[in-house]
Amino acid sequence: MLGRSANGIFWLFRNLERAENTARLVEAGFRMALTRDARDASDEWRSVIVTLGLRGLYEAKFGADYVGTNVINFILRDKDNPGNVLTMCEMARTNARMVRAGITREVWESVNDSWLKMRELLARPVTETRLGDVLDTIRRQSTQVRGAMEGTMLRNEIYNFARIGSFIERADNTARILDVKYYVLLPSISYVGSSLDNVQWENVLRSLAGERAYRWLNAGRMEARGIAEFLILDSRFPRSLAFCYGKLKSNLEHLAREYGNETEAHAILSEVDCDLHHTTIDAIFEQGLHEYIAQFINRNTRLANQIQYDYRFID
Amino acid sequence: MKAASPSSYDEMFTADGAVRPAYRGYSEWYEQQPADLLRRKGTEAEAFFRRTGITFNVYGNEDAEERLIPFDMVPRIITAQQWRRLSRGIEQRVRALNAFLHDLYHRQEIVRSGRLPARLLEKNPAFLPQMVGFTPPGGVYTHIVGIDLVRTGEDEFMVLEDNARTPSGVSYMLENRETMMAMFPELFTRVRVREVSDYPRRLARSLAACLPPAAKGHQPVVAVLTPGIYNSAYFEHAFLADQMGAELVEGSDLRIENGRIAMRTTQGYQPIDVLYRRVDDDYLDPLTFNPDSMLGVSGIMDVYRAGGITIANAPGTGIADDKAIYSFMPEIVEFYTGEKPILPNVPTWRCSEPDALKYVLEHLSELVVKEVHGSGGYGMLIGPTSSKKEIAAFAAKLAARPHNYIAQPTLSLSTVPILSRAGLTPRHVDLRPFVLVSPAGIDITPGGLTRVALKKGSLVVNSSQGGGTKDSWVLDD
Repeated sequence: MLGRSANGIFWLFRNLERAENTARLVEAGFRMALTRDARDASDEWRSVIVTLGLRGLYEAKFGADYVGTNVINFILRDKDNPGNVLTMCEMARTNARMVRAGITREVWESVNDSWLKMRELLARPVTETRLGDVLDTIRRQSTQVRGAMEGTMLRNEIYNFARIGSFIERADNTARILDVKYYVLLPSISYVGSSLDNVQWENVLRSLAGERAYRWLNAGRMEARGIAEFLILDSRFPRSLAFCYGKLKSNLEHLAREYGNETEAHAILSEVDCDLHHTTIDAIFEQGLHEYIAQFINRNTRLANQIQYDYRFID
Repeated sequence: MKAASPSSYDEMFTADGAVRPAYRGYSEWYEQQPADLLRRKGTEAEAFFRRTGITFNVYGNEDAEERLIPFDMVPRIITAQQWRRLSRGIEQRVRALNAFLHDLYHRQEIVRSGRLPARLLEKNPAFLPQMVGFTPPGGVYTHIVGIDLVRTGEDEFMVLEDNARTPSGVSYMLENRETMMAMFPELFTRVRVREVSDYPRRLARSLAACLPPAAKGHQPVVAVLTPGIYNSAYFEHAFLADQMGAELVEGSDLRIENGRIAMRTTQGYQPIDVLYRRVDDDYLDPLTFNPDSMLGVSGIMDVYRAGGITIANAPGTGIADDKAIYSFMPEIVEFYTGEKPILPNVPTWRCSEPDALKYVLEHLSELVVKEVHGSGGYGMLIGPTSSKKEIAAFAAKLAARPHNYIAQPTLSLSTVPILSRAGLTPRHVDLRPFVLVSPAGIDITPGGLTRVALKKGSLVVNSSQGGGTKDSWVLDD
């Protein structure tokens, strides 16, 4: 396949994954804001903006005033935010058009359909009343694309580049959410057991669609260390770092088999994957949760760059 | 149902409202459909096209969104017998076009014999000196041709235009059929219609039959070269690449390696045997043609001439569909085939000839005047529908550069009904059959693309000017 097509399919799935994760983050923020007084709600919205790396852009427009509808619209559709969700959907569609000859008709139609729906839903400002519907649609569309891909795409290099894009992005997003919220998870004597903590922790899980799975595994006990372990190291949970790397490993192995050789990217991957397998949550807390996550994000970005280089995404 | 207007030939109804034989099967089915069903299906079809992204971009309109080409659900039907005659005529014409191109770039016998004025080639940008003395792999110049036909009566088909560069529209031919079959499957069990769906396979086979000398014995590597996603026909480029199982490449994916044109794949550069290019000659090679082009590959013409790649269609084929050359097509057909043309030309005045120019200037309000090098309905005058002011302005342009124009009578194009709010209403149509040429022979897909002018009385069928399309049926015997 063409290097340019590999690049297109990689970014198609990165954009879709990012749109979906952004929707989850907004949803969790919205839920938190609903249960808080105005000042705490505003703190919560700020935290969402910070997680998305949009603080500078947001404050340039609105100042330090974090009002729910401003934040929501800024993230979802504001042209002053070049990474808004509508633009992500549009970029995903442009990527899909670029690789149209490499994806099945069903995958293309579902990506195109997503974009048409999002364009319609986000044509006017989103009110809090409409927010649920909008976020729900984003998630559903994303599921639909994934389903079309699972059901119709040949398991060849194209499929593997698509999956690699998804999991690089997902690992990055999970890590970023953890990085912004790490202080919530830091075991702190004065806060342990307070109800605020519990709600905050649950919110971290909720932004990553993990609240149900965590509760099920831990019989309802909320505990900071356990949550961090779940999100970083539990390879059964599909948004954990360990899970993403397990998938990346098998996708990159597939490429090595199909092409008959391993590349530099395989070396970086083994290093990170090996680390995720052998470390423990105690070791992570000892190193410092923030330091650990920052290092992970760094290595994940290196891996992405190396893949783009090894497989000639650009000239 | 309504009878057509008496002034032009309607392909479905006779002047007194009887259904013509070609449409009998369809008409029986149509009469049984509830009135609102077809209209509902129309909305369904539009949603279907939007979702599948069968759109085109309009040139000269920067902000234009991708638009849908309107699709009309009444098929355009041609009988087996009519088609036999048409395909013989098309085959003859395409054979002549290829022989003509070979001759133009070699001995120019037709010029020597005095049948074609040499001035038509001199300073003609469509004639490429780089092609002189070179024979493309397999001897094929136009691998893909679209012959635009218009009809004025029961057996009166004429060639309006030859498209020998990079004819487009075949994806609409295929998608229109898919849409009709998806919406009205039972119709196809009642009326036997000849298949068009294997066009991409036949195209792939035709292209693979013209391998360049440098190609190795392995499976031929075919790629489609597109200007990119902002090109008006991008959908078609992607569609054909997908259906052929070929790579869809852009200029930036290509470079020269070891005397071959190679594409950047995830595993390194891989040589291409046959390049189905959907980029104009002008943009193909910045070294040879337009130096500002980002769409082509520097040096591809040298590789081509050295036998490193097959380019389809061959560069320089535009000379054969030049509108000034067009008026000589009857002579050209006769010169190379030794036969009278089966399909006549539309009568044409060459404005470069003083007598013709005089006539044209005096009759502008009755004529259609076209630019010799123009295409797509841009820069033309349609006398009968133009204002006095428009005609005067055009006359000035024409008088200043007469050699740049040809003129044709305003033909009474045949009509086929479209489905409108009032039921079936006649609209003017043309037909573009698609022809594949390989050393093994000439292969014509039964049917083609029917374009329809959606405005009442309008004769302009171009999609860029608001025309629509229809599914085109050739009945099985």
